[in-house]
This record gives sequence, C-alpha cells and structure tokens, in this order.
Amino acid sequence: MALSRRRFLKLGANATVGGLLIYTLRGVLPSSSPGAADAGTDDAAEGYTPGDTSWVFIIDTMACIGCGRCVRACKEENDVPLEPHCNRTWVERYTFTTDGEVYVDSPNSGYDGFADAELPEGARGKEITRSFFVPKPCNQCDASPCTQVCPVGATYKTDDGIVLVNQDKCIGCRYCVQACPYAMRYIHPRKGVADKCTWCYHRITKGKLPACVQICPVGARKFGDLNDPESEVSKILAERNVSVLKPEMGTKPKAFFLDLDGEVV
Amino acid sequence: MEGYVFPNEIEVQWSLLIVLYPFITGLVAGAFVVSSLYHVFNIKALKPVASFSLLMALSFMFVAPMPLMAHLGRPERGFQIFLTPNFTSAMAGFGYIWLMYLILLLTETWLVFRRDIVRYSQTTSGIKGLIYQVLSLGRTDLSESARRADEKAIKVLAAVGIPAAALLHGYVGFLFGAIKANAWWSTPLMPIIFLLSAIVSGIALLIVMYIITMKLLKRPIDHDCVNSMARWLLVFLAFDLTIEGLEVLSMAYEAEHSWEVVSELITERIPVTYFGIQIVLGSLIPLAILGTLAAGQIRKEVIIPTVFAAAVLVMIGVFAMRWNVVIGGQLISKSMRGFTSYTPPLGGREGVLAAALFLALPFYIFSAITSFIPPWQRPTEDYGDGVETPTEAAPAWETSRGRIGGDF
Repeated sequence: MALSRRRFLKLGANATVGGLLIYTLRGVLPSSSPGAADAGTDDAAEGYTPGDTSWVFIIDTMACIGCGRCVRACKEENDVPLEPHCNRTWVERYTFTTDGEVYVDSPNSGYDGFADAELPEGARGKEITRSFFVPKPCNQCDASPCTQVCPVGATYKTDDGIVLVNQDKCIGCRYCVQACPYAMRYIHPRKGVADKCTWCYHRITKGKLPACVQICPVGARKFGDLNDPESEVSKILAERNVSVLKPEMGTKPKAFFLDLDGEVV
Repeated sequence: MEGYVFPNEIEVQWSLLIVLYPFITGLVAGAFVVSSLYHVFNIKALKPVASFSLLMALSFMFVAPMPLMAHLGRPERGFQIFLTPNFTSAMAGFGYIWLMYLILLLTETWLVFRRDIVRYSQTTSGIKGLIYQVLSLGRTDLSESARRADEKAIKVLAAVGIPAAALLHGYVGFLFGAIKANAWWSTPLMPIIFLLSAIVSGIALLIVMYIITMKLLKRPIDHDCVNSMARWLLVFLAFDLTIEGLEVLSMAYEAEHSWEVVSELITERIPVTYFGIQIVLGSLIPLAILGTLAAGQIRKEVIIPTVFAAAVLVMIGVFAMRWNVVIGGQLISKSMRGFTSYTPPLGGREGVLAAALFLALPFYIFSAITSFIPPWQRPTEDYGDGVETPTEAAPAWETSRGRIGGDF
C-alpha cells in the first residue's frame, strides 16, 4: 500500500482523533471502537490467504517525538495489561551528554510519553549533545529463536512471516521469553501464557495498519508489503540506509531502522 | 534495577523453583553414577552405598519435574510436552528423557531388590505381604541362576545408565547453554559444567545421607566406603572447578563486548554467591580438605566428620552454582546496559517455603521406599559391613529400626 506524505499525515491525524475517541468512549461504546471486536485475537481475517505478502516494519527514530500514543494504542488494541512489565511495544529515549556518556530510559515503557519525563538520573544537570526516541515493535525474525525453543509448538510463524503465539496451547514455560534477544515477550499475568507483538495480525490481514502505525502522528512507524514494489516500505528499503537490531544474533529481523545510531540495541 | 533494563525484563522469568530443577536432577545423575561405579566398574569399596544410592536417585527423580510443573503459567497443560513436542526446542525432550531415565532407574532398582522383595513376600502377611507380592511382578525365582541373570541385567542397565545420566544432566546444561540471547548462559561448555557439578553434588549428597542414615540407625559406618566416595568427590570436584574456571577465564581473556556486563555481574551483582559460596566455600575449601585427606594427613578418628563437612560444603557450593547460573543469567539485561534484581518471596507458589517443600519431599519419599526395601539390611545378600543380617522378615514398621523417621 503506497502512502503519500499527505495521505499519511491525514491518516495520522485521523488516527489521533480516533485514538482519543477510543480512550474516551471505551467501555461506553465498545463496539464502535475500531478493532475492539477482534482485540486480543491474533487470527487472520476471514478470506485472507497468507503467502502473497511479505510484511516489513520500518522505524524512523529521527521522526519519533516520544508522544507514547503507539504504546497506549497497542495496550488498548491488544488487551495488553497496564502493568509496567507487560509490553508488546515500547519507546526508548537515548540521551547523549558532552562527557561521552549514553543514557537510555523508557519510563513506564513510554506509555505516558516523554513530555513530562525527567532525564535519567545520571544525565541530570549535564549538557546534552543530542537525544532521540526509539520505538520498538517485534522484529518478527525470519529465524526466530522464540519459535525454535517453544517446547510445544505454541509459537509459530505464519506463511507471511509473522510470529504468533497460540495462547490456547502455550504452557507458560517462559523459555521463549528467555530466548528472545530483544526482550519482546512477556507472560500475560491474567492468562499465564506468553504474549508478544503481532504487528496487529488481526488488522493487517484485513488491509488495516497495525494500531501503533496508524496512530503515529509523525510517521515514525511505517508498515507495508515488500512484495508491492510501489509501497513506501519497498522504496525505503531500496533507497535508504537501514539496519536491524543485533544482527550478530543471526535472527534475520524484519523490522528495519532508518539511519540507526550505533548505540541502539 | 540499575542502568537500563528493557521494560519486559522488570520481571525475572525463572524463579527459585527453576534453580531447584537443575539442582535436583543433578543429584539424581550423581547418585546414579556412584551406583554404576560399583555395578559396572566393580569398585568394591562402594558396595555399601551401591543400592542405597539407587534409591536416593529414584527418590529425587520423582520430585525433579515438580518444581518445573509448579512454575508453569498453565500447569494443567504441562502434559502437552509429551503430546505435541516441537523438536526444534531443546526443552521438548525433557519429558521423554526424564521418562526414559525414570524407567531405567525403576527397572534397575527392581532388579537389585527383586530377591529381597520375593523373600519379604514369603515372610510377610497382610496388606504389606500383598504389596511385596505385587512388587515382585510374579518373578519369584530365588535360585542361583536367577540371581546371576539379575546381576547380568543390572550390569547392562548400570552401564547404559551412565550415558543416560550424562544425557539427563548434560541436557539440562544444554537448555541454558543454547540460549544465545543470554551472554552468561551461552557457552558450549555449559552441558559439561552441569554434568560435572551434577556428579559432584550427587556424590556429596550420598556421603551426607549415608552418614546421617547410618547414625540414625545406629549402624556402623563403612570407613573404606566413605574414603572411596571422598576420593571420587575430590577427582570430580577438581575437574568441575577447572572447567568452570576455564569458562570464565576464556570469557575474560577474549573480553568480547559481553564480558563488560558478565564481569560486572560476577564482581558486583553476585560476588557473594559466586566467589564467596560457589568458588571458595563450596569448591576450594572442600578441595583442600579432601586433598589433605587423600594425602593421608587426617587422623582416622576424624575422617568421617571431616568428609561429612566437606560434602556439606560441596552441596552448598553446587546449589550456589545453580543459583548463579539460573538467576545470575537473568539479572543481565539484554540491553547490555543494566541489571535487574531478584529476591525470592517467602510464601507463594514460587517462594522459599515452596522450594523448601520440594527439597524436603525426596527425603520423605526415600524414607518411605526404604521402609519397604531397606538397602542396609538385605535378607538375600551378605551386606559386607561385618554385621550379621539377622532377619529375613520384612523390615519392621513398628520399630525405628529400618526406618529413617517420618510416618508412612
């Protein structure tokens, strides 16, 4: 799906308004919230055939403003508990100071945004040279260690390359949580099973965007189909400098970061 | 928590119960190896503990999967690991390896005690006699040729059991060593380290349990046997410490990016349990004690308490090693920029009390099994401790003789 800048901004603006509506009307008008009907299910939409698509995620750390809308939208959309250790996605803040130190933090996973967030303790009072935010979705690794180590096959990779958890099968042994080099997984405190970012599989198989992408007001999160040469993601991957996290792990991530700083892990 | 820890890492995934799992399976593997040293390699001095250690291994084997089950987010689905195993997972083999080993242990135990069981079934009446009859599985032949057939089978099983024990515990090490995401776990040496420390802990526990049991039963302690176990402990402990040392030495010398956090882990996060308990108290001090003993520098009267003390220290050391691996590895954030922290709660499903219960359970099972088939009082075998085996009747339940205590 090709997104022009104008359409993207419009989409972002709509999403913001829509997102605010979701929060305000949640509980009052549950059926009116987009995605609420299938929240928490990772199943593909009816009539969708995986295999024709090759999804990729692109993160533009220089665009992210640290508003935290993506984190809030994700928790809302995917029934992610509000506990601080339960996150399908989060936003990190990197702060560089003149003495050459790097400080990283993610207060409440970025849920509340960074507008009122104090600097990390060590950085306070120091002169800052630069700073940026890093949104983190699941990498949907092509060689995913979490899939490899699941003892019962509850974690699996769909034909279109998304790593999902069959939560009716998961025994909650937490081996996948240990195996993920990116700490993308957590154990759902209510369900006792593993949970992770699915790039909103229930949405993307219906032609929608992942909730975090849709709500991002600045286009810092981009999503699309690599099999479509006209898509924004195809063009970025063809023309721009991108990298993946921890390439030495051999996990072959499908989330790419634009012009990523070497300090980001 | 210090530095930057990824949000999902605030919760430590594998708790105290998962520390118990490798500790308990290690004891099984170690105890079995001692039994096989007698049955396969004919180390005669170990005869007094050959069948004793088998029952000990069995008691711990029953309990080994329990802390794992208790730790699962959905324990009721635990059985799925048998039904729908995903064979790319190192963990998928757990159920099968455990089951295979349990069958092997049960079979060997039955063969070792079959003649005793038959004899008891002939001299005991009532429900207990019936239990013996069932346990004999109908094979009541007490002839010399039957005995030789049993012994041949025992020898085969004991021999097969050595690689099986190595598999069981090397496998536990592999579970951790195969996690590339964790700098403190990910090493091909992990299975070997786990195996050696398993043997070490098993011998140590056997020494402790043998001495305590004999004291409780007011039976003589076989000095040659304790001496022999002490020497085996010394040998395996020396190997164990060397390999563990080499692992950290290689990491330190190569000084890859991850060494920065690993060195901080052992020097600032777990220095007491690592250097203090695992290395000094649990390895170097017992090594010195056992070395002195092997050099013949310890007075005969104090050998038993000395070996006992060394064995206790070794067990504490191996427990600390399990803690340092399982918990220590999880303290390192995958961001490589910080550490999380963990203190086990006292109560709850994964607390200290639950762990204590799991650790006490094998001793209870041991006392129950040995009240049926006491390994120190064999009606069909010369025990070799110079004490007459006076009775051919079943071990008395009513008296304290033949029991370690606890009601059954």
